[in-house]
Parts: sequence; C-alpha cells; structure tokens
Amino acid sequence: MTTPASTGDTVISEELRSFIGLESVPVSYDIERHAVERFAAAIGDSNPLYSDREVAESTSHGGLIAPPTFFRSLLPGDYPKTYPEPFAHILDGGSKYRFNEPVRVGDQITVVRKISDLFEKHGRMGTMLFKISEISYTNQAGRLVATQTTTTITYGTGERDSGVGDH
Amino acid sequence: MALAKGTLALAITNSALGTQILYFEDVSIGDQLPDIVKNPDTRQLVMYAGASQDFVAIHYDLNVAKEAGHPTVIIHGALKSAWLGELVTSWMGADGRLLELDVSYRAIDFPNSTATCVGKVTDTRIEHGVGIVELEIGLRNAEGDISTPGRALVSLPTREIV
Repeated sequence: MTTPASTGDTVISEELRSFIGLESVPVSYDIERHAVERFAAAIGDSNPLYSDREVAESTSHGGLIAPPTFFRSLLPGDYPKTYPEPFAHILDGGSKYRFNEPVRVGDQITVVRKISDLFEKHGRMGTMLFKISEISYTNQAGRLVATQTTTTITYGTGERDSGVGDH
Repeated sequence: MALAKGTLALAITNSALGTQILYFEDVSIGDQLPDIVKNPDTRQLVMYAGASQDFVAIHYDLNVAKEAGHPTVIIHGALKSAWLGELVTSWMGADGRLLELDVSYRAIDFPNSTATCVGKVTDTRIEHGVGIVELEIGLRNAEGDISTPGRALVSLPTREIV
C-alpha cells in the first residue's frame, strides 16, 4: 500500500474504502397493491397495468405489475457498520436500471445494496465524493428481477441534510 | 397496420394507454415517441416523497432549498426517472418489456414549470429471436434544454416468427 503524498489529499479514508463490496443487511418487502397504486399516483402515471386489476389480468402480464422505478420505494437496509459520510450535502447523479422481469403485486422482493466504487472530483463546490452503489432486487423464487446502479454525490460541510445517510 | 407518426397518442384513450400492443415491425429508427408533458407542483413532490420514502428536505422545505442556493424546492431526480419510465412504458404497450433504463441528472429542475419527456428510436435489431429497440430519451425543461438525458432498451413482440 502506498502512502499518499499528503494525508489531507483525499476524503476517501481506509475506513471509507473498506465499504467497497460490503453488503447491506437484506430487507424483504411484500409488494402490496395499494403501495403500487399510491406510487403510480405520485408519479402521475395512469397506466392501468398498475391500478386496474381487470385490465391488467387481460394482458400478457396476467395481473397487476409495478412501475419500473417502483424499486425506489424499496429502501435498502443498513450496512453492518456505520458509513462514515464525510460530507453534509447530497445530490443524486443518476440511476441505471436493468430489468429481468416486471415486479408483480404479491411478490416478495429482497433488497441488497453494495458500494462498487468511491472516487472524488474537484469542482466549483469543492471536493465532491462520488459513490457508485449496486442494488439488487430478488423475488420470492430467488430470481434476480432487477438491479439499480446509483451515483450519489456528496459535498460541502455545515449542517447535514436530512436523509443524507439513507442514500 | 402501422400508425403514422404522431397519431399513436391520439388513437389511444387515456385509460388504455400502456395496454395497446406495439409490434417490432411497426418501429423504425428515427421514430419519435409521443411526448409526455408534466406540470409538477409542490404537492406532487410531497406525494413522491411519501410514496418513495425519500425525505431529503431539499424537495419540500423551502428554507433548506434556499440555503443550498436554489430559488425554490427541487424535483427529485428519481421522479424524473419515473416520468421517463412512463414515456417508454406507455409507448411500448402491454407486450413490450423494459430491459434497461439509464437516467443522468445533469441539471436541476423545479416545480411549477413545464417538463416534457421526449424520446426517439436509435436502433432496432433482432437478438435471439426477440425484437430489441434502443431509445434515446430525455427530460426537456421550459427553456428547451435537456436537463436529464437517458437511454432505454425494450423488447417488443414480432408479428412473424423470426
């Protein structure tokens, strides 16, 4: 292991780096009809596949399914140790979803998140920490139904944004 | 029968949108998806915060948003993803399957401003007997800039066995 030229050069401490590859505690969710309906209403999507059982049953899906980004509501669990977030403010950089099959009402989905990369960039907001996380969603039959790769950017000091620790 | 460009949205009633069948043979490179126009208000941001369990305060607390240097609260990136998901799924119909959705939040968007989801077909191909369509998608803000570019990959049924 090489020693950095100067220890204030990076916010990515050995402790932070130890989170790469570490899995969050698995959390399982029952996919309930009304939670799906509420999510579809919140995003403003009136597709009957999410809310009209009769119509959904008449399609190749055979029943109600969840909108593709419904996964956002299935929050991952905590890591087995406390993530040492060095910054106060948070920005969502984006998401990449890979879908193997739609989530159906009645499914049980287990969520596991792990950090695949940490790197920093220096911009007009000072040093920014980029965290790439891979979240897996597995159904009750053990099939991986989807993955979401997220980019989370944290920066700045001061009073910590509420919710910073959740992402 | 292929519908002429632009008529698809008109041909479908609101309640059936998303349950029509779109065939691979009816899709060509360069086709535009019917736009989806959103006029989000702060109420929708609160609904989304609750539905998605995203309680980062910059999306509903004006003081927090102003302290962060914004004129008002900001739209959740993930809500913009959801709209782009709707753009694709309402177009692809009940037998289409969304395989990939990539969204990148390049610029911040605010409520009480029109956001338009736009998309076009960039590639069509058959892979292992399945019709695959690649799309370039994005959220266009009121100034006409794409704040949130993305891409999607869908599979569509084919009329003929391939």
